[in-house]
Amino acid sequence: MSSKESIIRQPLVTGENITYAKVTDDILLPVENKPNKAWWIGFTIAGLGALLWVVSVGYTFWEGIGVWGLNKTVGWAWDITDFVWWVGIGHAGTLISAVLLIFKQNWRNSINRSAEAMTIFAVICAATYVVAHMGRPWLAYWIFPIPNQFGSLWVNFNSPLVWDAFAISTYFTVSLVFWFCGLLPDIATVRDRATGLKRKIYSILSLGWNGSVKTWQRFEIVALILAGISTPLVLSVHTIVSMDFATSIVPGWHTTIFPPYFVAGAIFSGFAMVQTLLLVLRKVMNFEDYITMFHIEAMNIIILVTGSIVGIAYLTELFIAWYSGSEYELYAFQNRIGGPYAWAYWSMMTCNVISPQLFWFKKIRTSIPISWVLSIVVNIGMWFERFVIIVTSLHRDYLPSSWAMFYPTWVDVGIFVGSVGLFFTLFLLFLRFLPGIAVAEVKMLLKSSSLQHKKKQIEEGLFPADQVEFFKERLDMYDSVTEEEISEIQN
Amino acid sequence: MSNIKYILGSFADPDQMMDGIDKLQKNNIEIYDCFTPMPIHGIEAKLGVKPSRLPIVAFCFAVLGAILGFSLLYYTMVHDWPMNIGGKPAFAAPAFVPVTFEVTILLCALGMVATFFFRNHLFPGRAPRVMDIRATDDRFILAVDAKTNTDHELIDSLLKEAGAVEVKHNERKYISYE
Repeated sequence: MSSKESIIRQPLVTGENITYAKVTDDILLPVENKPNKAWWIGFTIAGLGALLWVVSVGYTFWEGIGVWGLNKTVGWAWDITDFVWWVGIGHAGTLISAVLLIFKQNWRNSINRSAEAMTIFAVICAATYVVAHMGRPWLAYWIFPIPNQFGSLWVNFNSPLVWDAFAISTYFTVSLVFWFCGLLPDIATVRDRATGLKRKIYSILSLGWNGSVKTWQRFEIVALILAGISTPLVLSVHTIVSMDFATSIVPGWHTTIFPPYFVAGAIFSGFAMVQTLLLVLRKVMNFEDYITMFHIEAMNIIILVTGSIVGIAYLTELFIAWYSGSEYELYAFQNRIGGPYAWAYWSMMTCNVISPQLFWFKKIRTSIPISWVLSIVVNIGMWFERFVIIVTSLHRDYLPSSWAMFYPTWVDVGIFVGSVGLFFTLFLLFLRFLPGIAVAEVKMLLKSSSLQHKKKQIEEGLFPADQVEFFKERLDMYDSVTEEEISEIQN
Repeated sequence: MSNIKYILGSFADPDQMMDGIDKLQKNNIEIYDCFTPMPIHGIEAKLGVKPSRLPIVAFCFAVLGAILGFSLLYYTMVHDWPMNIGGKPAFAAPAFVPVTFEVTILLCALGMVATFFFRNHLFPGRAPRVMDIRATDDRFILAVDAKTNTDHELIDSLLKEAGAVEVKHNERKYISYE
């Protein structure tokens, strides 16, 4: 329990007089009370967005995909761009909940819940494009191996598009199960503090959780194994998404670098989205003591690392386009750099390669407004990455007589903007009805990684003076710890 | 004979609860169970709770998933309706890997979680077997069966000594959710 953690490690939970009861009270505040104005404003805007999504998708289903800006040459554009964008965003949630659990990174404990929720909602948004782009969405079940009315003709299991159907549906199911299992103890907490109908509903959702020794033991094993299998799963999902392109022979798509490059890009954009959401969430919901500057900085470092991997991948692509000696491949890239879509290419380069490099500076890494703006810039850049890959490769391929441009219609834009609205609607509903931070997991940190506990240990004289000094220096960046509190720490 | 069924030691601190376990065990008092708002590492060893066999279950389901996934592919692509795709062999083993892998993961996850729910009797509509309402909030509850351990005063004093905030003598095993 009160494990002796090195003082060199920064605290993961700050705040005075933090007790188990206070953790519960703080985190359940938005769930147990009527939502505030900020929530209603956000929900109204997001709801209007979701409405736009319903209208645009409904219109697409009614009229057919001819209402999109697609043409004979560019048969895939905004739909698949948005699909890959959303799936990519989803990946950070699994990364935080699974990979960081395997590596015992305790800072995941206060951000995993909302990141997993983000994963689920992002995958829902992505899945809607898969269905919407089919043209005849009522036949969507044809992608699954069901013996159909044409006899025993099966789906083509050699096609990455079929792999994708399996990968995305497995990913969604496993993420949902992982999220729900993690929620059980917290739903039980809400249940035991509620009354009346609310208690009944949460009682059903909690599946009768009671927190006995055996339950917790199995819970932890389940979490660990789900993390272990989710890690290769998440890598496989974006690998397979990239194979939708890489196994074709379109110049600019037919490259072996795609799987790792797509996975890095997915983590990059996903962490940016987590950052966008959490920076607002911690302020509006008063979670500053749980989602600290340490979390923000750590996520910015991941954005920096994955952003650099993505940058190297872009440069490698360019180099290979020239070095391979394939004139079509070379032209595809010349066209990206200087063709009619050059503005998209250079937007992508600026947003994804240059902007994350700013995170080398500690001042920028620990500045909330700059981090927030950069996280949005990264997401814009990652949208352009998919647009560049998909549209610039398709609009000019082997046959110059078929070259064409792609222009989106209001339906394309409506579905995209609408899906963002849908995402935020679901996310805000989640924050209203379920604990936005894993209550039980944060409680585990109180007697090891909280500032209060570390202060107590310092007072007991457990650590050498120079280490305490180092600890105090690093507390400077925390916006939830005042100068006075830092100066109070005496060895 | 009293009607007390369970004696609950309610602790505000997990370390004190662990201390309480030690104290009771030294006096040969058997502990029924502990209910905590968070996982307590090392408590299983103390209470002699056997390691979970869920990893074995997960492995079996994963193997089953791999067999089922591969069988599906082999049956459809090779046996039932082999297709000539660019003259390539019907049994294109590398192309079978992704789907087999996904089915393996899916069955492993669902099978393991279903087993977890089944073994712990977790299902929608299950009446929660909770002994103290604050066990999911801020209290660490140590429960002793009062029928088999008759020296109630000793249990009380040991729990208090360990730092229990409150000691309850419950005539009902579980609290009512009605």
